Amino acid sequence: MEEAVNIVILALMAVTVIGIVFIRNLMAVVMLSGIYSLLAASVFVVLDAVDVAFTEAAVGAGISTVLFIGTLALTTRIEKKPAHKPYLPFIVVAITGAALIYGSFDMARFGDAEAVTNKHVAPYYLENTKKHTGIPNVVTAVLASYRGYDTLGEVVVIFTAGIGVILLLGSWRRGLTPPAPHKRDEA
Amino acid sequence: MKDYLVLRVITKLLVPFILLFGLYVQFHGDFGPGGGFQAGVIFAAGFVLYAMVFGVASAQRILPEGILRAGIAGGVLIYASVGLLGLILGENYLNYSPLSHVSKEGQHLGIFLIELGVGTTVASVMMTVFFTFATWREE
Repeated sequence: MEEAVNIVILALMAVTVIGIVFIRNLMAVVMLSGIYSLLAASVFVVLDAVDVAFTEAAVGAGISTVLFIGTLALTTRIEKKPAHKPYLPFIVVAITGAALIYGSFDMARFGDAEAVTNKHVAPYYLENTKKHTGIPNVVTAVLASYRGYDTLGEVVVIFTAGIGVILLLGSWRRGLTPPAPHKRDEA
Repeated sequence: MKDYLVLRVITKLLVPFILLFGLYVQFHGDFGPGGGFQAGVIFAAGFVLYAMVFGVASAQRILPEGILRAGIAGGVLIYASVGLLGLILGENYLNYSPLSHVSKEGQHLGIFLIELGVGTTVASVMMTVFFTFATWREE
């Protein structure tokens, strides 16, 4: 049953990606990428990674879509025809994809309890989270307490992104006088 | 979107529930799925929806830029100060155990506070980015 659900969702994701590649209307592409994120969130639910699914649905399907629409409002809605032939990018993507698939052969078997990744720190967290923090959600305990330093870094990354947007596009720039007259103004 | 009556009414009905759900995810993250990141995004999504239907100006009347900027910095500040508090109380940086006389309670309090910091920063950044994109125009 779970396998069938996985196959259906992954097939839908593939169809979505093919749609994104071929459609020139960027509004439709944005909608499709939102759908792709929602499908990815469904895969995470099937994998029992509810926290990740939650984030994917909120950030990928929600906020990213809104930001893309905002960008489209500032730029254009129709993708321009590429000026060059797509063969070189296609070869690069094909080789990278083949390398990634080749690399995946060395990965642990899906759901293998004997895999190194599942025997390293994971059993320690599962065993001791209740004892150390008394918190039922191990994901939150790992994120906020055991790996609190990493999460602090993530928050600083988001902080930096916000500062960057304010500096580049923020309303404070409207008060600035441009340092040199534009050529466009002289014309 | 001033003329779409259905959108306006539905948005008015939905926004309080979205914000409430955001707060639930924020403060219930240690028991169920969720936490500061997801809560911040959901909370911001409520305001983004409001701004999309009623205009950015009316959303910014509730949350002016100054408050959002204070939120962006404040969240990181809360997080880092909770870490420092552990250091001052004689433990490692970001160890919450000494925050209370019972180690588990300290952990609980610490996680609650840093998640609050995460949520504040994430929500403020998301709203700032959206408001900036929505109001930006080329000079």
